[in-house]
Amino acid sequence: MNAATLYGLCSAVLVGLGLYGLIIHPEPLRKILAFNLIGGGVFLLFGVVARRGAAAGFGGDPVPQALVITGLVVAFASTALALALLVRLSSEPGRANLPSEGSGEEPMGGGPL
Amino acid sequence: MVFDAGLAVLVLGVAAWTIVARDTFAAVVGFIAYGLLLALVWVRLAAPDVALTEAAIGSGLTGVLLLGASTRVRRTKNLTAGKEPAAALRLAAIGLCVMVSAAIAVLVLLLPEPAPTLAAPVAANLAATGLGNPVTAVLMAYRAIDTLLEVVVLLLALLGVWSLAPDRLWGGVPGLHYRADPDGILTFDAQLLVPIGILVGIHIFWVGSVAPGGEFQGATILAAMWILTTLSGLVDTPSVSRRWLRLLLIAGPAVFVAIGLAGFAMAGAFLAYPIEHAKLLILIIEVPVTLSIAAMLALLVAGPPERSLHR
Amino acid sequence: MSLVRDALTILAVCAGAFFFLAGTVGLLRFPDALSRLHALTKADNLGLGLIVLGLLLQTEGAFPALRLISVWLLGLLAGATVTQLIARAVHPGGLHD
Repeated sequence: MNAATLYGLCSAVLVGLGLYGLIIHPEPLRKILAFNLIGGGVFLLFGVVARRGAAAGFGGDPVPQALVITGLVVAFASTALALALLVRLSSEPGRANLPSEGSGEEPMGGGPL
Repeated sequence: MVFDAGLAVLVLGVAAWTIVARDTFAAVVGFIAYGLLLALVWVRLAAPDVALTEAAIGSGLTGVLLLGASTRVRRTKNLTAGKEPAAALRLAAIGLCVMVSAAIAVLVLLLPEPAPTLAAPVAANLAATGLGNPVTAVLMAYRAIDTLLEVVVLLLALLGVWSLAPDRLWGGVPGLHYRADPDGILTFDAQLLVPIGILVGIHIFWVGSVAPGGEFQGATILAAMWILTTLSGLVDTPSVSRRWLRLLLIAGPAVFVAIGLAGFAMAGAFLAYPIEHAKLLILIIEVPVTLSIAAMLALLVAGPPERSLHR
Repeated sequence: MSLVRDALTILAVCAGAFFFLAGTVGLLRFPDALSRLHALTKADNLGLGLIVLGLLLQTEGAFPALRLISVWLLGLLAGATVTQLIARAVHPGGLHD
């Protein structure tokens, strides 16, 4: 087993960890953190594929590497939007998570919107 | 190999800490450390451009965003307390995650040998693009449409963030007003570091055509310097209704699209470059795109308008 | 000659790693924020400096050497600033207030 396969298995565990965190945590901020963890694992998988494609004098296949760079920037953009939504939601009177189904709660009316 | 094993174990350990930590602030700090360790992993995978991007955007800017958000949502934390998931849900989640991890691990172990690769076509046509860095060539020449759409996505995310302002703050100034303490350490640091940082950012952007680097990494450093001047109070964030700010933001994508459309006339397809002018055209695209991306990243971190324009 | 250089590099990097270890132990074991900051700055300044010193022995040419030294100086600057800011956040009016 070489280093690339090792990191590939590492990325599999990262995706599993992130998915667990996404399901378990009730707080939206922890869910966003876990989602970024999943993203990191998927990008690592791309990197493993790139490393295995080393040829023509390059250390790795440049096309998956460029895809990962694009993915990192887009992931940052979506995290920024998600966090701005979260901060805005938390400044409104009400709750920071959705009421669970069938618990008989009414959705909160918004404050000054 | 031993180093790789140790690094992989460390990454998994920090990731597990991020998931199971009780305090949100501790989880965010764990995430920043995880991003930096992941940058080391990228270096071990012979991807220095990705390592630079991961350290700068994935760990640095995302960490700043998360730290800011974690302090602001702290007061709603007690609203979600007492909603811990039941043991049955935890067991089911563990089962599902183990299955997903096992499936991906099997995929990794069954990857085809010899590995399919596009490195040979990239190398063969690299001289025609005039660039020396294959990743920059992929980003700016072979898959330039992806980069164009990525810049547009950043702009759309910024518009989404701006649209979250309450009606009365529409068009106002993002972020809090940081007062500058002229004798303070942060002001001293900003005055010393920002010129150096701008030089480093421009250097990393410029050298990206032949060495690891490029416009995204350079733009992130420029954005970080803008954020530093704002945080130290030396400069106030401009209001989002300023014309020069909006022109700066759309300059990059506009030039990109314009050269793309000119590609129909020059070389027969969207975003096609004629070979003798390829390097020049890529440079003409890269400079405004870098400045625009720097502004977009800094404004994404600054957030939606929070102060009214008319004080 | 290169054997001596390699031996010195290994020595310097190991010493730097020891300082990082000491800093981490201090971070985990010291009782309050100010002493933890004290431990961390030792790791930043001395540890990073020794590692940069060890790597300097391996570089050829002036520019890579200047880059390594500037990495150390920038790390010093950032570490000093953040340490001051954290210390002031913990004790806003000074230590004896």
